[in-house]
Amino acid sequence: MSLDLPTSIPLQAYLALAAVLFCTGVWGLINSRNAVRVLMSIELMLNAVNINLMAFSSYLDGDLIRGQVFAIFVITVAAAEAAVGLAILLSLYRNRETVDMERFNLLRW
Amino acid sequence: MTIASTTQLICFAALSATLVIGAIGVVLLPNIVYSAFLLGGVFLSVAGLYLLLNASFVAAAQVLVYVGAVNVLILFAIMLVNKREDLSAIPGLALRRVLSGLVCGGLFVLLIRVAFTTPWALPGPTPVGEEATIRIGEHLFSDYLLPFELASVLLLMAMIGAIVLARRDVLSTDVATGEPADQGLIEKARTPLLVENTLQETAR
Repeated sequence: MSLDLPTSIPLQAYLALAAVLFCTGVWGLINSRNAVRVLMSIELMLNAVNINLMAFSSYLDGDLIRGQVFAIFVITVAAAEAAVGLAILLSLYRNRETVDMERFNLLRW
Repeated sequence: MTIASTTQLICFAALSATLVIGAIGVVLLPNIVYSAFLLGGVFLSVAGLYLLLNASFVAAAQVLVYVGAVNVLILFAIMLVNKREDLSAIPGLALRRVLSGLVCGGLFVLLIRVAFTTPWALPGPTPVGEEATIRIGEHLFSDYLLPFELASVLLLMAMIGAIVLARRDVLSTDVATGEPADQGLIEKARTPLLVENTLQETAR
C-alpha cells in the first residue's frame, strides 16, 4: 500500500505541527520546576526536529532520503542524552535531596 | 480527492491533535507520572506521522527507542526520585511564565512565517516509498559510514558515563544512620544476597 503523498497534506502542515511541538518544548524547558520534566521537554523538542527532518526528506528529497538517516542519528543521540541526563539527575538528587530546578543554584551569582 | 487522501487527512488530523494535546499535557500536568505516560502517547503519534510519511523503518525505530527505552527510563527516574516535596513559592513566577510564553509565541510566529513564505522546491523527486529501508541501509554503509560507527562509540561512552554517574560513591554517608559507609557495607546491609555471608555476620 503506497500513499500518494504530495497531493493531500501540504509540507507546511508538518512544519507548523513541528513548530507547535518545538515551542511547547521550549516553554516547558524554561518553566518546569521538576528536573525530570525538563528532560521530557528536551525530548519533545528533539521530536519536533525529527518531524521536520522526516517531512523534508519525504517532500523535497524523496529519492535520496537523507533526512531519514539524519533522523536515525538524532534518535541515537537522544537516547544517549536521555541516559546521561537521567544519570546526572540521579546523582544530583543524591547530593541535594531535591529535584526542584530552583534549588540547583550552586553556579548562580 | 480520492479515498486514500481523505483517509490520510483524517489520520493526520487525529495524530496531530493527539500530539499537540499530549505535548501540552506533558508540560502542564501537575502529576509527573501522567506527564510521562502522555509523553509515551506523543512518541507513538510521532511514529504514526512517520508512517504517514512512508518511513516505516524510522517509525519502528521511534517506537523501539523512544517508547521502549527512553520513556521507560524516564519512568524509572520518576520512581527513583519520587519524594513528595512542596515547591516553595518564587517571586515573579507568573510574570516569568507570561514572559516566556511571549518569547515562545514569538518564536512560533517566526517559524510559521518561515515555513509559509519560503518558496520550497515542490514537488520534489518522487518518494521511494517502501524501498526506504533499503535506501537507508545503503546510506548507512556507504556515505554515512563514519557517523554510523561514531554513533556506536557515542552510545558506548554514554552507557559507561551513565553507569559511572549513577552509581553510589565509594565514600558516601548512609541515609538511615548518617555515618560514612562504603560500597561493600551498603550492599551487605541492604541486600544480603549471599546466605553464607549473612550467616557469618549473625554468627559473629
